[in-house]
Amino acid sequence: MAEAYIYDAVRSPRGKGRKDGSLHEVTAARLSANILNAVKSRNGLEGHAVEDVIWGNATQVMEQGGCLARTAVLASELDERIPGLSINRFCASGMEAVNLAANQIKGGAGMGYIAGGVEMMGRVPMGSDGAAIAVDPSIAMDSYFVPQGISADIIATEYGFTREQADQLGVESQRRAKAAWDDNRFAKSIVPVLDQNGLEILSHDEYMRPQTDMQSLGGLNPAFQAMGEVMPGFDKVALMKYPHLEKVNHIHHAGNSSGIVDGAAAVLIGSKEFGEAHGLKPRARIRATAKIGTDPTIMLTGPVPVTEHIMKQSGMAISDIDLFEVNEAFASVVLRFMQAFDVDNSKVNVNGGSIAMGHPLGATGAIIIGTLLDELERSDKEVGLATLCVASGMGAATIIERV
Amino acid sequence: MTDFTLKTDADGVAIITWDTVGKSMNVMNQQGFLDLDALIDQALADDTIKGVILTSGKPDSFAGGMDLNIIAKMKESAGDNPAKGLMNGLMDTHKILRKIERGGMDDKNKGGKPIACAMQGTGLGIGFEIPLACHRIFVADNPKAKIGLPEIMVGIFPGMGGTTRVTRMLGAMGASPFLLEGKLSNPQKAKSAGLVHEVVPADELLAAAKAWVLSEPKIVKPWDEKGYKMPGGAPYHPAGFMTFVGASAMVNGNTKGVYPAAKALLSAVYEGAMVPFDTALKIEARWFTHVLMNPSSANMIRSLFINKEALEKGAVRPDVADEKVKKVGVIGAGMMGAGIALVSAMAGIEVVLIDAKQESADKGKAYAEAYMDKGIARKKATPEKKETVLGLINATVDYDALKGCDLIVEAVFEDVAVKAEVTKKVQAVVGPDCIFATNTSTLPITELAKASESAENFIGIHFFSPVEKMMLVEIIKGQETGDRAVAKALDFTRQIRKTPIVVNDARFFYANRCIIPYINEGMRMVKEGVNPALIENAAKLVGMPLGPLQLVDETSIDLGVKIAKATKAAMGDAYDDAVDEILFWMADEGRLGRKTNAGFYAYNDKGKRQLLWDGLEAKYPLADDQPDLTEVQNRLLFAQVLEAVRALEEDVLMDIREGDVGAILGWGFAPWSGGPLSWLDMVGTPWAAETTNALAEQHGERFKAPDLLEDMAAKNQSFYGRFNPAKAA
Repeated sequence: MAEAYIYDAVRSPRGKGRKDGSLHEVTAARLSANILNAVKSRNGLEGHAVEDVIWGNATQVMEQGGCLARTAVLASELDERIPGLSINRFCASGMEAVNLAANQIKGGAGMGYIAGGVEMMGRVPMGSDGAAIAVDPSIAMDSYFVPQGISADIIATEYGFTREQADQLGVESQRRAKAAWDDNRFAKSIVPVLDQNGLEILSHDEYMRPQTDMQSLGGLNPAFQAMGEVMPGFDKVALMKYPHLEKVNHIHHAGNSSGIVDGAAAVLIGSKEFGEAHGLKPRARIRATAKIGTDPTIMLTGPVPVTEHIMKQSGMAISDIDLFEVNEAFASVVLRFMQAFDVDNSKVNVNGGSIAMGHPLGATGAIIIGTLLDELERSDKEVGLATLCVASGMGAATIIERV
Repeated sequence: MTDFTLKTDADGVAIITWDTVGKSMNVMNQQGFLDLDALIDQALADDTIKGVILTSGKPDSFAGGMDLNIIAKMKESAGDNPAKGLMNGLMDTHKILRKIERGGMDDKNKGGKPIACAMQGTGLGIGFEIPLACHRIFVADNPKAKIGLPEIMVGIFPGMGGTTRVTRMLGAMGASPFLLEGKLSNPQKAKSAGLVHEVVPADELLAAAKAWVLSEPKIVKPWDEKGYKMPGGAPYHPAGFMTFVGASAMVNGNTKGVYPAAKALLSAVYEGAMVPFDTALKIEARWFTHVLMNPSSANMIRSLFINKEALEKGAVRPDVADEKVKKVGVIGAGMMGAGIALVSAMAGIEVVLIDAKQESADKGKAYAEAYMDKGIARKKATPEKKETVLGLINATVDYDALKGCDLIVEAVFEDVAVKAEVTKKVQAVVGPDCIFATNTSTLPITELAKASESAENFIGIHFFSPVEKMMLVEIIKGQETGDRAVAKALDFTRQIRKTPIVVNDARFFYANRCIIPYINEGMRMVKEGVNPALIENAAKLVGMPLGPLQLVDETSIDLGVKIAKATKAAMGDAYDDAVDEILFWMADEGRLGRKTNAGFYAYNDKGKRQLLWDGLEAKYPLADDQPDLTEVQNRLLFAQVLEAVRALEEDVLMDIREGDVGAILGWGFAPWSGGPLSWLDMVGTPWAAETTNALAEQHGERFKAPDLLEDMAAKNQSFYGRFNPAKAA
């Protein structure tokens, strides 16, 4: 079986996903094209250079609908013979794009792929594509649907994480992200967003709040308490699925949960021959990929079983992993991962994560693979694992190894 | 003679009058639908008819609902495929109502005749679903009239177009109180909610409807016009999205997943909201069929509607002359006595309320006053009604005032000697012929009857607390209690509008003998180290209103201690003392339940229940191995259900209907199941015997299947098959 290698990884800076966010004026297609153009120009991808562009996006309606992947290719400078495939595995869409591309290559279906994703959360709001699991009574009731924030709080309750632990993780995410930016650690991947005249729109992650401390977070009210305890009372549903709990401990708020942002990212993946044909040097090989389904009510524990799954499939052990990227969707997701595998915090999200810099749903999976690779190179380590929790109870993981 | 007749007046208005033969309120039956259909056809075809008024021949109501035999007939109509029969039958009904709604318009909404509904008063269920299909609803201004769709209360949902129409009229959010809660409204409230169009004085009802019919009104319904949008937004409209997400969560959390009707209703609303009206009706019919095919719905209808009503109307009443109470003597003006006096006076019965001290008697009457004041504040009562009620209660210490009473209800302290003394004292005034009822929840009636000069006229009436709220009255026959006493107790119960069950005298009668093992099983599990939260949640997830530990807090620990001591004294060596330790310990800790602001739960300063008391876990640490949810639920259910079987086996229960109705009304036994015996029929006696015997092996002999259940399991019998009260009657 062929190997799949990462040749390049790029991302946009993340803009606040609000009306006053810097990227709010940029369309999903343009931001995607911007990133695709960067991949093309950095790697000299002329003509029919890759088999496909696999593009993750979690909210495929309006400007992100209608197979955004193909639209983005046509909006970019890539050859029109390169098609485009839009995919959706919610928060792991960008990772799934990479994994799918890698496995196509391993299976011999083409030599090179561009895989990544985009999410303009300020322009196409989360949930605006509808979701039967939340709205269709038969499905919502049978699956004990609750929103993600409630799920994150169930994790905290079930596994005994306190508000203080979650806030500490939030503060640390901010501290690490600032240190990483100060140290230029993202320089290799960041591609500033430019307008059609070449003028810069955004060059840095603007969501960060480096001044965050325990005291400032301590003043925030739990974000999901009212919907859990009062209207419409999601906690009652949660306790139906977790009847050994007496109540849900609501610990999450904006300061220990991922930020709503706009952003895009891409990874260039190819076989050995692909690199040779384009004169590119492989940076890492994609050693293993995995996905899994979990209980949809607690929803966000996926990183644990998917990591067990990928370890089993690849014959590896946690001790084989030098660095981890566990998407900071909510603090309790990362706390649970570290608890389950007894992994030291110094190996996890070492340059901060989605709490500090934001979580552009469809792009994040590709972003953290790039961040992981950059850091393995910088710190001269070998093997890294990236994983995300996924809505509706799923998880995804990728193991990369430098070559 | 038919229930529907058509007469056309000189102005060309056809009046279709619904007048169910032999009933005080109209009830829809199978022939009724056919007759109505034929008359609508006739009116639409007759060129001399300009429009139609559908009205009732009853003086102050439109229609009370549907003859449930229709459902049974539908089920039988497609051979061995009841679902198909139901679906076809429902679609036929939709066709009739839809014909009314379209009024003969073509598919471009041209032509057609206006059809108004003139309601003299109450319209419930199909009695409101038919008006909803008409073009305009006029209601007589009768404040006592009740309008709405109460189907959800008996485990089904409005399945004759009511769900689809009310949702399209009011939106999902606006419709929810009327569909999901079965809220009923008087005419004015129905109008402000948008359920009916006009409220007019009763004597102008037909004239108003006629004027409208002749005004060449627009008759097309909003949902039959282009560009119709559901109020509040369809499911994938941003506003509608949040409504539907919230609605599923609320219904799920509130019904604990055990009531299929609410879920099916919501699905019909959701799926129907995204398609044209006729498709939505088909969807409604599919979900309604689904609910009607669910044994839970059939059981709920049987217990909460058919059998409850039968018991209220005297299904088990001995055949003796009218024993309606004219003057009742209530002895003891504590909480029970005060409540009994209140409900009696509200029923128009003259009450003598006696206590040892005038002050106590007055306090008992003040309870009625406070209750009426609250009612006035909530506009449920009037100052005049309060005057009448209070005027009927004579609070006194004078036993002579009891002269002329035809019923005595003694509600003094639960003590054989005290009760005996009162019995003698009362009988010295009223004589042995006056029926003497003792209100007790624990003392044997036969024993108490010994103090009476006439055991034949002595009976037990077990009221539940608070009397004015609880629907059930448990009537207990002592060994020598005669028919007249039973009839008197039943007639009294009917006067005060409660639901009676009549049982034979045995320890704890029926309700308490079942509820005590439930509470005890909860405490046993705490002692074993089962997570208390799991115990409480497991109870709620099988549809019990309160977990066993919360129930102990509500009824109080010291009552539990008292019962435990008394039972031990009575039973001797046979007494099982498994829960004494935890009960006595809680009492020693001063944690007597809600009344001391401390029990199995913690309470805040205002008496509001907080979380389970953390001291519990210190005393009874959680076991490493926790049982799964189903095991906890089975223990809690079988603890009650086996007692119901034993009560039947021991002839305490004489009619299984009473076993089921009494359980639901008395202690809230999982209403979705239709009651403990219905539940056994639902799960099947073979499974029940096998499951409970497995519990017995693990948890003790108390779970061993009683002989009756073993016998029935071996023969694969059902309770309603073997003990069918209809057959016996």
